[in-house]
This record gives sequence, C-alpha cells and structure tokens, in this order.
Amino acid sequence: MTGYRLPAGGAVDRTRPLGFTFDGRDRSGFAGDTLASALIAAGVRVVGRSFKYHRPRGIYSAGPEEPSALVQLGRGPWSEPNVRATQVDLYAGLEASPVNVWPSLRFDAGAINQFLSPLLVAGFYYKTFLGPRGWWRRVYEPAIRRMAGMGKAPDEPDPDLYDHAHVHADLLVVGAGPAGLAAARAAAAAGIRVVLADDGAQAGGDLLTSSATIEGRPGAAWAAETAAALGAMSDVTVLSRTTVLGLYDHGYAVAVERRTDHRPPGACPGHARQRVWHVRAARTIVAAGSHERPLLFAGNDRPGVMLSGAVRTYARRFGVACGRSPVFVTNNDSAYVAAIALADAGVPPVALVDLRPVPPPAASKALADRGVEILAGRVPVAVHGRAGVRGIDVRALDGDRTTGSLRRLECDLVAVSGGWNPAVHLLGQLRAGLTWDEAHATFRPETLPAGLAVAGAAGGTFSLAGCIAAGHAAGEDASAAARGRGGRRPVPATAPEEEAETPLLPFWGLSQGSRGKAFVDLQNDVTAADIALAAREGFHSVEHVKRYTTSGMGTDQGKLGNVTTVALLSRALARPMGETGTTTYRAPYVPVAYGALAGRHVGALFDPERITPIHARHVAAHAVFENVGQWKRPHYFPRNAEDMARAVERECRAVRGAVGMMDASTLGKIEVRGPDAARFLDRFYVNPIASLVVGACRYGVMCREDGMVFDDGVVMRLAPDRFFVTTTTGGAARVLDWFEEWHQTEWPELKVFSTSVTEQWATVAVAGPRSRDVLARLMPEADLSAAAFAFMTFRDVTVAGMPARLARVSFSGELAFEISVEGTLGEAMWDAVAEAGAPFGITPYGTEAMHVLRAEKGFFMVGHETDGTVTPIDLGLERMVAKRKDFLGKRSLSRDDTARSDRKQLVALLPDDPGTLLDEGAQLVDEAVLRTPMPMVGHVTSSYRSAALGRTFALALIRNGRARIGERVYAPLVRPAAGEMMVSAVIAEPVLYDPSGARRDG
Amino acid sequence: MLLIPCPWCGRREETEFANGGEAHIARPADPAALSQEEWAAYVFLRDNPKGWMRERWFHAHGCRRWFNLVRHTVTHEIAAAYPPGAPPPPLPGEAA
Amino acid sequence: MQRFSFFQLALNALDRHRSWPAFWRAAAPRESYDTVIVGAGGHGLATAYYLAKNHGITDVAVLEKGWLGGGNTGRNTTIIRSNYLWDESAHLYEHALKLWEGLSTELNLNVMLSQRGVLNLAHNLHDVREGVRRVQANRLNGIDAEWLSPEQVKEFCPIIDIDARRRHPVLGATLQRRGGVARHDAVAWGYARAADARGVDIVQNCEVTGIDVENGRITGLQTTRGAIRARRVGLVAAGHSSVLAGMAGFRLPVQSHPLQALVSEPIKPILDCVVMSNAVHVYVSQSDKGELVMGAGIDAFNSYAQRGSFHVIEHQMGALLELFPIFSRLRMMRTWGGIVDVCPDASPIIGRTPVDGLFINCGWGTGGFKATPGSGWVFAHTIATGEPHPLNAPFRLDRFTSGALIDEHGAAAVAH
Repeated sequence: MTGYRLPAGGAVDRTRPLGFTFDGRDRSGFAGDTLASALIAAGVRVVGRSFKYHRPRGIYSAGPEEPSALVQLGRGPWSEPNVRATQVDLYAGLEASPVNVWPSLRFDAGAINQFLSPLLVAGFYYKTFLGPRGWWRRVYEPAIRRMAGMGKAPDEPDPDLYDHAHVHADLLVVGAGPAGLAAARAAAAAGIRVVLADDGAQAGGDLLTSSATIEGRPGAAWAAETAAALGAMSDVTVLSRTTVLGLYDHGYAVAVERRTDHRPPGACPGHARQRVWHVRAARTIVAAGSHERPLLFAGNDRPGVMLSGAVRTYARRFGVACGRSPVFVTNNDSAYVAAIALADAGVPPVALVDLRPVPPPAASKALADRGVEILAGRVPVAVHGRAGVRGIDVRALDGDRTTGSLRRLECDLVAVSGGWNPAVHLLGQLRAGLTWDEAHATFRPETLPAGLAVAGAAGGTFSLAGCIAAGHAAGEDASAAARGRGGRRPVPATAPEEEAETPLLPFWGLSQGSRGKAFVDLQNDVTAADIALAAREGFHSVEHVKRYTTSGMGTDQGKLGNVTTVALLSRALARPMGETGTTTYRAPYVPVAYGALAGRHVGALFDPERITPIHARHVAAHAVFENVGQWKRPHYFPRNAEDMARAVERECRAVRGAVGMMDASTLGKIEVRGPDAARFLDRFYVNPIASLVVGACRYGVMCREDGMVFDDGVVMRLAPDRFFVTTTTGGAARVLDWFEEWHQTEWPELKVFSTSVTEQWATVAVAGPRSRDVLARLMPEADLSAAAFAFMTFRDVTVAGMPARLARVSFSGELAFEISVEGTLGEAMWDAVAEAGAPFGITPYGTEAMHVLRAEKGFFMVGHETDGTVTPIDLGLERMVAKRKDFLGKRSLSRDDTARSDRKQLVALLPDDPGTLLDEGAQLVDEAVLRTPMPMVGHVTSSYRSAALGRTFALALIRNGRARIGERVYAPLVRPAAGEMMVSAVIAEPVLYDPSGARRDG
Repeated sequence: MLLIPCPWCGRREETEFANGGEAHIARPADPAALSQEEWAAYVFLRDNPKGWMRERWFHAHGCRRWFNLVRHTVTHEIAAAYPPGAPPPPLPGEAA
Repeated sequence: MQRFSFFQLALNALDRHRSWPAFWRAAAPRESYDTVIVGAGGHGLATAYYLAKNHGITDVAVLEKGWLGGGNTGRNTTIIRSNYLWDESAHLYEHALKLWEGLSTELNLNVMLSQRGVLNLAHNLHDVREGVRRVQANRLNGIDAEWLSPEQVKEFCPIIDIDARRRHPVLGATLQRRGGVARHDAVAWGYARAADARGVDIVQNCEVTGIDVENGRITGLQTTRGAIRARRVGLVAAGHSSVLAGMAGFRLPVQSHPLQALVSEPIKPILDCVVMSNAVHVYVSQSDKGELVMGAGIDAFNSYAQRGSFHVIEHQMGALLELFPIFSRLRMMRTWGGIVDVCPDASPIIGRTPVDGLFINCGWGTGGFKATPGSGWVFAHTIATGEPHPLNAPFRLDRFTSGALIDEHGAAAVAH
C-alpha cells in the first residue's frame, strides 16, 4: 500500500496520475478521484477548522452531506469558497486550500476559542456583550463580525458562463441509484418522456460501492448499462452531475448540472460552466437515497472519525483506505458490510464495536472469520488524538449510561454508523407528510402530494431488492398514469439478499459517564449539551432549537445532524419524536452558485437597452444618454468641452431663439380602433375625447380609480373609428395593459382594439420660431401657416419625400411640429431635418433642455410633478376635468381628503437669488431659520436654470400653494462646501414664460 | 412556479402571466351615487381568502387575454379556468 | 427573571450551564384575561411587553398558533431604518429606531443591533430626485440622512462598482448611518422573556378559530385550546390579518402575498453595510455569521403558503450580479418564504376596528420588522387607552374612505 492507496480496486484510473495542491503543498491523485479521496490517499487528515471553536476537522463523508471538508477552490476570478471536497472531481493542477484558518491550518489563532468553549455555549452572545454602554457597537460587534464566515469571496468578476434549459416530461426521476434506475427503466419502456437526474458523474448511486448483482451483472455494470440504454432512447433525458435542488408547485423542479467543474478553470471556453434545468413533469419520483447518521459520543468530530459508509465508498470506489487500523462503531448492520469490505481490501479492522448487546449472527461470523474482534454492547466514551485519531476508549453500554471497565482500542480511524436517514428533503419542500419510523429511528415520508412518488431508501426501503422493486413499481405507476399501461417488464432480480438481521438500536448519546463534546452539527459546533441547554431554557419547538443553537444552519443544512437534534430535544422534553417533528425543508438541496441561477440574464442581457431608430445619430453626435425606463435617450449634446449646464443652455436658446430638433420616438404610441373607440377613450381621460374631430389632437390626462394621475399624452383622431394615442416614455406598456384590462374585463361590449405601435414610428420634434421655415424647405408646396395648419391638428403628408404624419403640437410653448415616419425612415428624416434646418442653426436638444422648456411653460411631467399622490386638480387642471361625463377615478376626486382645498398644489418658485438653483427634491418650509424637526409645506419637483428667464426657477408642490402666490418659502440645501443653508424663494404662477401663449403660432 | 391553464392557449408557465387580483368586482354603474364608504369598498376592499379564490389573470406574454382562475391560496391547486363574463363556477366543495 | 451578563455566563459555566432558567414559562391558557393579543410575533410580544411596562396591564395572554417568533419576525431580512418619506411614517419608524437603540439594555438580551448604515442607491435621475427629496424630508424630521455622491458611495462600500458606463450606473445614494440590521429571533425572544417576567402568559400552539362578538363588542375568542374570555383583544397576526378580521365580521384592504428571502453560504466579511437598490431590485447585507442575506421580490398572486415561485429567485440573482458581479461564484444556501399582508398604500393599519374592544395592527407589507418596538409601543397605547397614540393616529383603517393615504410605495418599491 502506497500511502493510503490500496494496491488494487476502485474505479480510479491508476495509469493517469493527476498533480494538485492542497494548502500550498503538491499532492497527487488519479483520474476518477475526488479531491477528498485524493487527500485521504495522500494521508492528509486535517483539512479544515470548524466555525466556532476552530477545532481541526477531517473528511467525514463521501457526498453532499459533508459538514467539515470545505475548501477554497481555485484562485483569482475562479476562486470559489466553501466547496465540499467530497464532491470535487480531481483534475490536473487543481488548487485547494483550507477555509476559516489564520494564519495556517496547523497554527490557527482562532483555536483559542477551544479554551473559551465553556463560555461559548449555544446562544452565549444573547446573554452578554450588553455593557458597558457603547462597547457593543465599538468593540464586541466588530470583533464578532471579524470572526464570521468560512471561505472568501472572489474579488474579480466571474469569467464563466451559465445557462438555463427547460424541459417538459411525463416523469422526472430524481436519483439514478438502484431505485431510480429501475423506475426510469420501467417508465421509459412504456414510451413516456422521462428525465433522469443524478448528482454523480456515473449512474448507480450505492451500486457503485456494492458487491451485489442485478440481473446477473455486477451492480455498477448494471447501472452503467441501464443508464446507457436509457440515454439512447429518444424520449429519455439522462442528466449526470445534475443535482435536483428543489421541487415546486405543479410538477416544477429545478436542477443544476455541473458541466465543466471537473475540468481545469478556463479549459472549456464558450461552454456553460453550469446549467440550471427547469423541469415541468406530470409526475416525479424521488429516489434520492439516504444519508448515514453519525453516532453521538465525545470526540466524534476528531479527524479520523468518519461515516462507515463513506469508508466503504473510499475503499471500493476509489481504492483508498481511510486508515490503517480502523475501528468500526455501529448500532446497526450496515457497518458490518463496510468492515468486511475493508478487511477484504487488505485493511482488517482492529475491532467492530456494536452498541447492541447481540450482534447480527451471520455478519459477525463473516467478520470474525476475517479475524476482526466484535465488541458487542459497548460504546465509545472518549477519542484520543486532537489532530488525528490515535485510539478510542469503550465501555459497556447500559441504556444511555455506561458500566464496567474502560478498554482502549488503538486505531487511526473510527468508522461510525448511527443508522440511515432517508433523503426526504425534496419531499419535505413540497410539504410531504413525514412520520417517525421507530424501526429505523428516523423520519420517512408517509403522505405525498398528488403527482409525487418516492422509491428506495428515500422512502425508508433499505434493502437492494426492496429498492429495485419500489422503483420499478413507481415507474410502472407513472407510465400507467401517462399512457394507461405498464407492467411490461419483470422486476430486475438481485443477489444476494441483504435484509438486515438484527434491528437497529436507537442511540442518542450518553446521559452521563462521558467527558468532552459530542457533536450534533460539526460545521457549526453544536453539541448534545447545547441542544439540552436550549430545551432547558424553554426552546421547545425544533425551529427554536435550530435558531438558538444554529444546528442545521451550516452549508450542509444539517443533513447529518437534524434527526439527532430532533431526537435529543424529544428526549429532553420526554415527548415522542413525531410530535417534535422536523424543521421546514427548503430549497436548494445543496448550495448553488448565484451565477447559475442568473444564467444568461447578466450583463447586457440583464435588462436589455431599448434604443430608437435614430440612436446611431445621437451616438455620432456625442450625446450623453439618460436611462428613461428601458430606453436610452439623449440627455444633452455637449459640443467641444461644454459641461451639461452650458450645453443645455445653448440647446434651450436655440429652441427659443431659432429652432431645435429632438428625437421623440420613445413616447409610447397606441392605436385604438373600432366603432366604439371614442366612447372607450372617453372613459379613461379626465377630459372629453369623443368630441375630438378627425384631424385634430388633444392633450389628455388619465387617472387610476383612486383619482391619482397615472399617465398623460396626446390623442389624435385619425378617423371616426380610429385614434392614435401617445403615452409617457415609461408608461407605454402600463397604459396598453390598462386599456386591455378595462376593455376585456369590464366593457367587453365595446367594439374596439388597442394595438401598441411604439416601435413602428420614429418621431422628430422640430421646435422654435423657425420651425415652420425648416418644414417649408422639406415640403415646399404645403401651406404651413397658422391659419391653414392650426395648432393641435395633424395631417398625413409627404416630408422630404417620405410619407409622414405631421402634427402641430408643442411641449415647449414655441411653434413646433412633430414629424412621425415609419421607424426605418427615422434616420433619413432626422438627417433631412438637420439639413433643412442647417441655415437656421437647427440644434439637436436632449431631454434636459426639453424639461427646462416645458417647465418654463408650467407643463407638469409625470414622475416629476406626480408621484402617485397627485390629482389633476392638484396640478391645476380643474378646467380640463370633465363635469358631464364619468371617467376612471372621477369619484375619488370628491373624497374628503382629495376634495380639500389646501392640498399640495403645483406652483412655480423663484429663488430670491436668481443665480441659486434649488435641488430637485428639496423640501420647503415656512420659516427662515433651520431647526429640527420642522414642518414641511411642500417640495421642489423640477428645478432649472432658464436662459429665457435669465434666472433659475423651479416647479413645486406646495400645500395650499395656489392661494399663496407671492409668498416666500425656504428650502434648506446641503452644499458640500458650505454645509447647510437656507434658500428663500417666492411662490409664483406656474407659467413663467409666455403666459399668454403668443409664441405657439410662431 | 405555477402552471396556469389559459382558456385559450392551454397550460403555460406563470412567467407569461400577470395577476389581476380578485375576480368579479364590477365597476359601479353610477359612481357618483355611491357613499364614500361604498366607493372606498369598491376601490380598496378585496377578498383575501385562505382557501379557494376566484381571481383574474392576464396572459400578458401570450394571447394577451384576461381570464379567471379558481385557485387555492394554500395548496396553489387550480380547479377551474374560465373567460371573463362567464358565470363563476362553484368553488370546490361548494354546492353548484 | 435571571439577569443576563458576562458575569452570569461565567458563573453558569462552572456547572456547565445546567442552572439557566427558561426564557419564558410554557403557559397554558386561562379562561379569561383582561387583554388578549393574537399573534406572538415581534409586534405582538412587544405590544404585550409595553402593555405591562407602560400601562401596568399584566392580565394579558399572547396567543400563538405555532411557535413564538415563527412568522415574519423570523423570516425577514432584518433591515432596520427610519428614512421614510412622509412625516407620518418617518415619525413612527424613527420612534421605533430610537427604541431599537436601547433595546438590548431594555430587554437585558442582546438583540445584536448593528447600525452599520443603510445605503439606498440611485441609478437614474428620477432616483436621484426622489433620494434627495427623502434625505431632505428625513433631516427636517430630525432623522439622520445623507446624500452621497458616487465617489462617496464607493468610499462607504468599496465593492460597489460606480463605473458610469454600467447599465444601471450609480448616480448617488441615500445613507442612513443609524440604520442597519438586528438578530430577528432575539427580538422575539427578548420581548417574550421580558413580557413573561412581567406576568404575561405566552401561549404557543394555540390557534384562534373564532372571535366572539356580542352587540358589537368583543367578548372573547375560540381557540384550539378552548374558549378564552377577554375584555380587549389586539390582532397582530401578519399573514392572517384578513382571516381574523373575517372571523370578527369585517373586511380589510389587505392582500396576502408570498415574499421570499435567501442566504448565501457564510463567507469572510466583504459587505459592511446594507445596500438597497429600487431600480435594480436588490437589498442585501452580510450577517454576523458571514452569510449574505437578501430578499427577493414579492409574488404577484395571493397566497397563504410560505413559499414563492422560483423564477422570482432567479430574477433576483440577475439583479444581484448586476450590482455585485463578484458574487457570481458564491452559492445560495437556503431560501424561504413568508406571507406579507400588503395595504394599497404600502403603509400599515394600526387602530380600532368596527368591533368595540377589538384592535388591529396589520398591513406592514414587506417592512414590518424594523417597526417592531414602535409598533408594540403605539399599539399597547391604543389598546390600553382605547385611543390611538399620536404616532399611529394617521394609520387608521378609515383612511381608505377619506383618501388620506400614506403612500410609501417609493420607500417600499423594493420589498424589505
């Protein structure tokens, strides 16, 4: 034997050695190893430190239930914390290091906690750190937080890809052990669509370490052949390295497939590292197997104490002996199988300690034949060796006490078995009913929701023949449910029979006669004494005990210790296990990378940008963009080294003085068509729409049923039965949904269709006193005079040779036109307008200038002046609100609070210092001297520097504001340099520029 | 994640739908005639049963049609799907 | 009540902690109480504690259908802050925050309040405007609040990427330094222990099945552990408010939805504050154990199952990685769900009901944990005096008739 590698056996490829490093030292394993098996083979015993006491810990298991062997895997952007060494497939160059150790694994400063452990019992932190005053915040809390955590987060973005897949099936089988394979095979034979998922690299589960035969074939070979045959069937999807994480309503399941983790980082460029499968299956069979349970005795956490099933797995599957002189300790028959396996592999156990007074006759004879001493009716009371087991002391067991003399067994491995817990986690997530199984001293599923079945060890069936039969039957049931037939194949025959000979002896630790800590939860350092303490302190719910002691709250989520916790609590309270029950099972079954869950919905695909057909022109013009909803809109167009203020001022001057152009394509556009279209729209807008004549436009506002302003826009009547409605940029989808909801659910009798046409159009707004001149160059024959083409009308025309809808609407108060063309013509129209406007100095302007211009005119903006608490009356739109018709939200305007005359109302503000800009969002008060608290009378909703007014100004919502025109209010502002200061401003009518409206006709 | 039987499209993933709350809330014919309390009840009060519920859904990323479901708010079981305007089916366990 | 202290801990270590008394008695319900509180979550237990402490009312039972603190108290993401927009909310939550600051001492149990600061990121100009508005309002209400530039955000929380070219660039943030997190279970246990010490009966595994009303006045309750007479009853059962109101014959403007949360595996300290983002829909902090604790969105449909839909979690991960790309290889360890009772204006209802002697405290939506001490304080006042405390007067049930809503959708746009 080289190191701990057995001379023969196992499924590793001894011709392919793989070098790797652990804790900075070069090591070597074989292809087919896991990191755990390679470490054990290399003689590494201590692989990490526990969370609280920093006790040295070794590898405890061989699977996803591993509580101790957590490592930091990889480096740089590939670094990954808290990886279970038992589930890492070895590859050449793998780098791993221990977690939660400082400065090193061997000399760990945190290990001082072991000496403080008498103080550090469950919940100690709730009882102390209470004083002196201020110390919690300054001293204790920072110290506690520094101790937090296991591994480290990477400090670079993840270079790997992840993706998602969706599959529909008649049957999902979770687990490709004997039960799962039998189930999948029986179901697939009937031709139904089957998905079979297993977390291992090879199918087989327990068969991979078993000496049994199925249909005359060795178990592992049968599993491989069956899985291959299933994989070749067109309606069957076999997913290996795929762990089902959660089961959800209506047959939904989520699984993660590890596709490249068994290869070196970066070795599979372009391939998704992990794939999250979303399975929708009519039925699900959970054949997830079981987890072995540790035994509770002092020192049961020392490196070298392991689960006996794991010892068997390492021997048979990886050709690794976990020790040279093992002792097995058990309360059930399964450890005999492991002990025999180890003896047959050339590592005869020193002894097998059976807690039961009478060992199983056949199994103990088989072991005795191999020269192994059986110590029946004994129990360990101490484990020697801190960093690795050197021996154990055993005494005779009498109930939960010990008697007789002490016997020391020299050994370097203690392989324990406390029984087996069915992996009911997924079933529990769907609220399957669990019952306490006295014979196996564990919970097993009893009642299952419709569509869910369980087979094999997960259901409490532990014999191979039983698992195969249960799986086969469940598969037949599923195919019968889907296809109405089944039973076409016989149940696969197994050999030899492996029924347990002697019942398990439930054992939940000694009540006395033992010193030292007996661990329930190894990762979180929860001991049997902690559970007893919690019970004594009144924590009688298992959920309380979990939260008070942290048992089951580690990365393994208590796969090893939860049943023991229930048992200890039940014993302390002298109540039945079933009455105590389990904590709630929650997804995910094993931890899953955030990146995998996000899949492709990251980076550019997290929230895709929407751009207008004219976007490229804005990019070319070096526009600075603003996010408006999902859209990218030009915020302003800086020239040379202009800052935003200068650029906006220039853009505003251009519009007021000559002409500007902007891309208005993002506004939502909806066509509403049908004989009842006018009646329909009339029910939404606060103002009359039905009276609109064909060829005219009208500005309108909509409310929710609570009377608060919801959206606004311009409505054009294209024909008696056809309207074109614009919405705010962010509100397009909302408004369309709103139309559909009311039409379909409340007014289905109205003959009308609503269709989103936002993307069909590109719109160029041309605004300013010279806009008519620009248009005239583009359509020389047209009469664009105010008399011939009135404000708030539109017509379908040809502009620069392109079919266009031309509207005379203005959001700036200036003479203005909006030219809408088919989206694909957007750039061409933009270019044509720019060229035609060049002689007039036409200037592209962005959303900021648009805001300045509209605010100068007192036009409110949804989202600036409204926040879901503002009515049309508050905005000064009383005259617009229809008296004679009903509309959505009208009744709410006459509620006691909404009808008050002193609500917050829209006004303008003129700072006394015309150069001081109020902050948007600034609160307003009535007193000039700052104090706190002080009553607020309103807030600034928009605030700008106005070139046209030659000063700053703002819009604000102020309580009773319209009655307070001319009065002064104050805004406390915080300026980084000057600190807090009060700015005084006078309340003014909201329309500050061209109040008579003279400029709109040019 | 629910699997929702759209009356027009068949069973589809929940992500295609938007929920619209309690079904069969008729808008009052003459809101102006209602008392403050009656109007507030219409706008804000909705049943919130622990058990079977008739609720509205919108197949937003599908056929874009509204419909109603009878769904259990604890088990999430779905007993019926029917178009708006159709008479509400009895709740399971309720006499027809 | 045995006092907790370092000295007591050391003393008890001598006999291996075998002498600690129970935190609370396992009380069986009596036939009659002056006052019964339905719901032994943080709010209910705090109510009982302040009834006893502030008002001298100790003939009190708190009924809990499961285990105390097992509802939303033990299922939330533990964020504490008071930076609400409207005066009514700000005053209520600030009162709560002030109580939080003395709570460990008050209850003689360490609730592990960690005032590490709450950042609320602004990603667009609308966010900036609303952030400034809130900061200003908070300051004038005497609540600590700051507006941070992107550079200041980076300094306060170095792992946030403030690159202006990102899809959702960080344009600034509000910061409440006094905000933070606390140990949620400990709050329930602390109030339960302190209320029990003042004579309050905490009755677990006792579900209310009926509410007895005679001539418009409460007379008692039917429970799974027998009938209980009571002169006054306070309903504080988040997740079941509508069900209980239905038993008493009135309706609430409340809808129950699943809200999910999740934690990562524990990692070494990397995030030293609470980060929230409305635009990207993230709220995340790191627990004292090292787990990243974050909330996911609310499911749109009504549900009384404490579980939500998986796609909500997946969407949440995309949002998280948009803010923190370096978290991609960290792993989600556990998800869970609670039931949140949501009001149309995203503010709670605290006050009288149409039934005399019956009071309700509900509708906290996604953000009730932070209010726990304040909620208990004002609800105890309301029950004891029959009149609302000035702090909860605006949160009356009839505001939905008058229209005087307290619309905090802005503050609660992200569930938290």
